[in-house]
Amino acid sequence: MNLWNKLMCYSRRHSPWLFHMNGGSCNGCDIELIASLTPRYDAEQLGVRLEGSPRHADILCITGPVTHNAVNAIKTVYDQVCGPKAVVAIGSCPATTNVFIDSRTLDGPLNRHVPVDVFVPGCPPRPDAIIQGIAKAAEILAERAAKKLPVAPVVMPLVGPGCEGACPCAATTETKNEEVRA
Amino acid sequence: MITPEIWNSLTTALARLLIFPGLLFAVPAAWFFLWVERKAVARMQGRIGPPFMQPFFDFIKLLGKSTPPRNGVGGLLMRAWPLIAVSAAAGAVGLLPVLPASGGFEGDLILLLALLEVPSMCIIAAGFSSGSIFGEIGSAREAVLSVSYNIVFLLAIISIAASQHTFSLQALAQLPASPLRWLGIVAILVCLPAKLHLNPFSLPNAEQEIYSGPMTEYAGPELAMWELSHGLEWVAATGLAATLIAPALTLWWVAALVFVALTFAIVLLLSVVAAATARLQIDTTVRFYWQCTLIFAVLAVASALFMRFRA
Repeated sequence: MNLWNKLMCYSRRHSPWLFHMNGGSCNGCDIELIASLTPRYDAEQLGVRLEGSPRHADILCITGPVTHNAVNAIKTVYDQVCGPKAVVAIGSCPATTNVFIDSRTLDGPLNRHVPVDVFVPGCPPRPDAIIQGIAKAAEILAERAAKKLPVAPVVMPLVGPGCEGACPCAATTETKNEEVRA
Repeated sequence: MITPEIWNSLTTALARLLIFPGLLFAVPAAWFFLWVERKAVARMQGRIGPPFMQPFFDFIKLLGKSTPPRNGVGGLLMRAWPLIAVSAAAGAVGLLPVLPASGGFEGDLILLLALLEVPSMCIIAAGFSSGSIFGEIGSAREAVLSVSYNIVFLLAIISIAASQHTFSLQALAQLPASPLRWLGIVAILVCLPAKLHLNPFSLPNAEQEIYSGPMTEYAGPELAMWELSHGLEWVAATGLAATLIAPALTLWWVAALVFVALTFAIVLLLSVVAAATARLQIDTTVRFYWQCTLIFAVLAVASALFMRFRA
């Protein structure tokens, strides 16, 4: 790997720009995503910037269980993000559709429509878990710059008290997906 | 036939354009000023803020991203605008008379103002040629804003030139500042936030409100060029104010140090003002420049001309 590629990898890991999209979320995860940018958590230390336009973004942060209304919007915005790009599914909803499973208004989970790189479970996940997920996605971006093979989706561990067993967590993601497809 | 004088003046001009205060100094300075802006805002909000090399990483990362396909003349124009903006801003920085050098290309204040205005024109054109509704709204706002602050900006420059009897940058940098010049400098400082799209007047690129305004459709290397041109505008605009403020010094390295310190102070001042204020509405902005500031600018020009005719 030559010097330019090394510099590019390093830059991609240190400058993840986000585009935040709501796919029918209850707004809980959206609040937590904003909280991760506020003075208490200050994601800008990692170079994170919340961008207004999907054209500027590297990482697409999607919340919500993906309603029928949101599907086309999510696909359009995913195509508008310029490559290399990564998708972070924030909360349990985009991973499993959570408590809204079997609802006839849903077309989830998210990975039926766009490839997801990082799942951040939690209902809602804590801001530090979201920052961890974004940092992981930035690493994936850097690996893409280094022309390595596409990496498998990463499921982040649950962070914080009171989450154990109460909400659908990483272990149940696969089974829930199968149920939705069936 | 190249005489030694021509050769000397050519090398001086090239050194100014390429080394100091030209590209070699201006590009790192642009990144540094962008970092100071973000860091100052972060500190004012009680955050730690981005690391020192952040604008550089952003620039490199944007160079490595792909751009959406752009076809036809519109696409060609969209690719051209950021490049024109960067070259004009770099040229404006190169004109700044920081070093009391002999020879070289001596531009005047009018050329510097014209070059400073080109990035703003490019932003307006870029928003309209992108075809995005948000870009068009942003461009319309930028046009209205530019009509508002440029009147005051130009009147301030005219009052300075009239009070010192010259439009030459070199002469203005050498002459001691008169009280009228200070009035003009204050007027220029009032216009700088609007010129640099900083917070009370950040209407054209109002993020989350009209997405990113004229920049909405830009991505990858083109966006990197816009960021760079914004940084170079920072250097040129604050450099102009610093040149007018700085006392005339004979030692070249003292002059360069004073220039850098003054530009840094102005950047810090503008960033703190940006962090402490909220975005104004477009009609409030226009009213601010046309009703509140214009009176003082007209007074400054009138008194400058009056003093000149009396003298």
